[in-house]
Amino acid sequence: MRTHNPRGWLFVLPVLVLVAFNALIPLMTVVNYSVQETFGNNQFFWAGLRWFEEILRSERFHAALGRQLLFTATILVIEIPLGVIIALSMPRHGIWVPVCLVLMALPLLIPWNVVGAMWNIFTLPKIGLLGYTLNSVLGIDYNMTQSPTAAWVTVITMDVWHWTSLVVLLAYAGLISIPPAYYQAAKIDGASNWSVFRYIQLPKMNRVLTIAVLLRFMDSFNIYTEPFVLTGGGPGNSTTLLSIDLVKVALGQFDLGPAAAMSLIYFAIALAVSWIFYALMTRDRQ
Amino acid sequence: MAEIVLERLSHSYFPNPSSTRDYALRNIELKWSDGGAYALLGPSGCGKSTLLNIISGLLNPTEGRVLFDKKDVTHLPPDKRNIAQVFQFPVIYDTMTVYDNLAFPLRNRGVDSQFIDQRVRAIASMLELDSRLSLRAANLAPDDKQKISMGRGLVRDDVNVIMFDEPLTVIDPELKWKLRSKLKELHQNISLTMIYVTHDQTEALTFADEVIVMQDGEIVQVGTPIELFERPLHTFVGHFIGSPGMNILPVEMTGNGVCFHGHPVALEGTATTKTGKFEIGIRPEFVKVCSSGIPAKVHKTADIGRHTVIEAQVGVSSVNVISSGPPPALGAHIHLEFIPEHTRLYADGWIASEGGSG
Amino acid sequence: MRPRSLVPIIYIVFLMLPIYWLVAMSFKTTNEILGGFSLFPQDFTLENYRAIFTDPTWYWGYINSIIYVTLNTVISLAAALPAAYAFSRYSFIGDKHLFFWLLTNRMAPAAVFALPFFQLYSSVGLFDTHLAVALAHCLFNIPLAVWILEGFMSSVPKELDETAYVDGYSFPRFFVTIFIPAIKAGVGVAAFFCFMFSWVELLLAKTLTAVEAKPIAATMTRTASSAGYELGLLAAAGVLTIIPGAIVIYFVRNYIAKGFALGRV
Repeated sequence: MRTHNPRGWLFVLPVLVLVAFNALIPLMTVVNYSVQETFGNNQFFWAGLRWFEEILRSERFHAALGRQLLFTATILVIEIPLGVIIALSMPRHGIWVPVCLVLMALPLLIPWNVVGAMWNIFTLPKIGLLGYTLNSVLGIDYNMTQSPTAAWVTVITMDVWHWTSLVVLLAYAGLISIPPAYYQAAKIDGASNWSVFRYIQLPKMNRVLTIAVLLRFMDSFNIYTEPFVLTGGGPGNSTTLLSIDLVKVALGQFDLGPAAAMSLIYFAIALAVSWIFYALMTRDRQ
Repeated sequence: MAEIVLERLSHSYFPNPSSTRDYALRNIELKWSDGGAYALLGPSGCGKSTLLNIISGLLNPTEGRVLFDKKDVTHLPPDKRNIAQVFQFPVIYDTMTVYDNLAFPLRNRGVDSQFIDQRVRAIASMLELDSRLSLRAANLAPDDKQKISMGRGLVRDDVNVIMFDEPLTVIDPELKWKLRSKLKELHQNISLTMIYVTHDQTEALTFADEVIVMQDGEIVQVGTPIELFERPLHTFVGHFIGSPGMNILPVEMTGNGVCFHGHPVALEGTATTKTGKFEIGIRPEFVKVCSSGIPAKVHKTADIGRHTVIEAQVGVSSVNVISSGPPPALGAHIHLEFIPEHTRLYADGWIASEGGSG
Repeated sequence: MRPRSLVPIIYIVFLMLPIYWLVAMSFKTTNEILGGFSLFPQDFTLENYRAIFTDPTWYWGYINSIIYVTLNTVISLAAALPAAYAFSRYSFIGDKHLFFWLLTNRMAPAAVFALPFFQLYSSVGLFDTHLAVALAHCLFNIPLAVWILEGFMSSVPKELDETAYVDGYSFPRFFVTIFIPAIKAGVGVAAFFCFMFSWVELLLAKTLTAVEAKPIAATMTRTASSAGYELGLLAAAGVLTIIPGAIVIYFVRNYIAKGFALGRV
């Protein structure tokens, strides 16, 4: 299919330069910091792998990583099936298709801090629509600035609100690419709705769902702005996810060494898990 | 297995059809007997796939009825009709093995697993798939996938009819021939009613006992391959079938016969009408190059193996001739003779000469 | 109405509720907001919007955002188009690894890069410029654009290229006048996603700017923290950030579903 052509390198050169500038130089900086110690005023001392050891042993990092994994797992478990269900029940043609798509895509295009701010306003106990409804109408005690559980539920709900549409769009793209003959053949073969889903729709969505899981994994693992604006990582440390913790260390305490070491560990975990996902989900492709 | 009757079927894809233009099918009347092999032949957009989908129950006709063994099935869903259909592109369940694909329609109907196993193995060996039963169906070649599609219809012992919607479209030319003869063989072995939709005349004529030629949503002619070739009822059929198609030549009606560019032409029999736009139809196979007759000029020649196709110019009309002799030089003046028993008269496109001895 | 269509309807209502609340808040006065709960604005006011449109620190925020988002989209596409072509048409040493390496940058947490980016762009004198943000966003937008475009390009038969060369087209002329129009849907989708991710990102944009190129989203966080409870103003600013996105979605509505479906995994 593809011809061997060294000219390919010439074509990818601009991309290479731009991404390398953005990825390699900062990465070098991070690596550099991660093995040094500083007391401010631009004096650095060699620290070896101390920071890495310290972080890998630190309770705080374990806690943040645990919260991060719990968060990512929860949103994947909710968003992927929910997105598939919504995509399955969407109309395939007619005037409602663009209406649905435009309305559903809307949350994806709202700046992330606005998402956080919007949910903040939405959930204020006395004056937010959700907060008011829960507290004053349904009589449920809800205040996410005090209750860690409420904060967790709110952060998860916000992420479901924000990103399920991406899964819907992807799953829908997979669904509409199934030729009608498949459904007709299944009808003739007497397949039940479940069989149609299990043996036609799901296999045909396999590819786009791989993309959906990968994207949602990467983006939820890197999430910072929305929960930070919504809860500030609190109450206490209850919603302090990895990125929030990292920024707290790096900018709040200006501990560049540990922050850099933490960045590298964090990046390595993200890469490793992405690679595992990628390998698992593309395993039986060939 | 069943006899299939279509009564005054019409179908429109518009909710409120007004003119005849809105109809994809118009007034289809057909009767197919049990165990026959039929082909629906026509160009793209002639309505043959619509007709097929109505028979299989994927479409509800706007008007008319579909009867299987005198039982009205017009509004029954496909799975209640006991039919099978093979589509243009092979439809297989990617994640299943070949075996599971073949067993799928039986399992859905709650058939006993021992019987399933027996049926699947029997059909697989008939289709020469037995060595590949445990492979994943997604990894097979298009022709094997299409065999699986067929197999899913064949495993069921309650099938009334198997329908093929241009099943060889994605198959490589050399395999087309193999699969076609496999189909023919299957039909002879299990004598199931089969309906084959195609726009390829070779496929239709080699497969079917009876061919239904369609154009613009209507049936133009129903007949055996020989009948369609020998005596097309409409100029469309004459032109569509045969390679090259029938010569359709404008003629004038004179007192006692017809004239083609001033040359009197003998017909197979007497004309049945005196009005209309008249044409004669004659197959290139039945035009002879002679020393006397209608003068013509050689415009083009093409070698098609054992024969030569000569395109000759008579006035403004061109006449195709299939000749077995050596090809004449371009621009040469020759004479043509039409064999009277094979010369048909058409008025406004429809046949208008009485069938003689031919 | 079939019961199945209830699912998307309920979902869309769920999506619209917080947005409705934001819009409702933006038309309320501060007094009404702090006074208690009201489902609809009782004392309808445009004061919040007027405040934004008359204060340069507010409306320049929008202009800044639009400038760097546009710049980023142009740079990303310009770089990604030839690269995607190379990945879809040629094989060259290291192509597979390069492709995966590009994608790994999509996985880089922005928080990891915030500080090094600040230092890097300061040291090359680009700090607080639109170009700095536009270039920084290339980190995650270029890999995405390459990925999407490569998918669309691979679905164009190679014969198109060969026919054009036989017809005597030079490569640049073929690429611009024949090939890009052939994948214009893909270019549209890629541009949409570049726009989207650049428009919604805040962490890097905020880190790399101070005054001159400060994005609207950053202006909003300032309001939220310093001026206390100016919720009406904050809501109005939020509503205004949704509008450009809504307009862009409307234009690409027929392509968004296809966008990722054609990408290569």
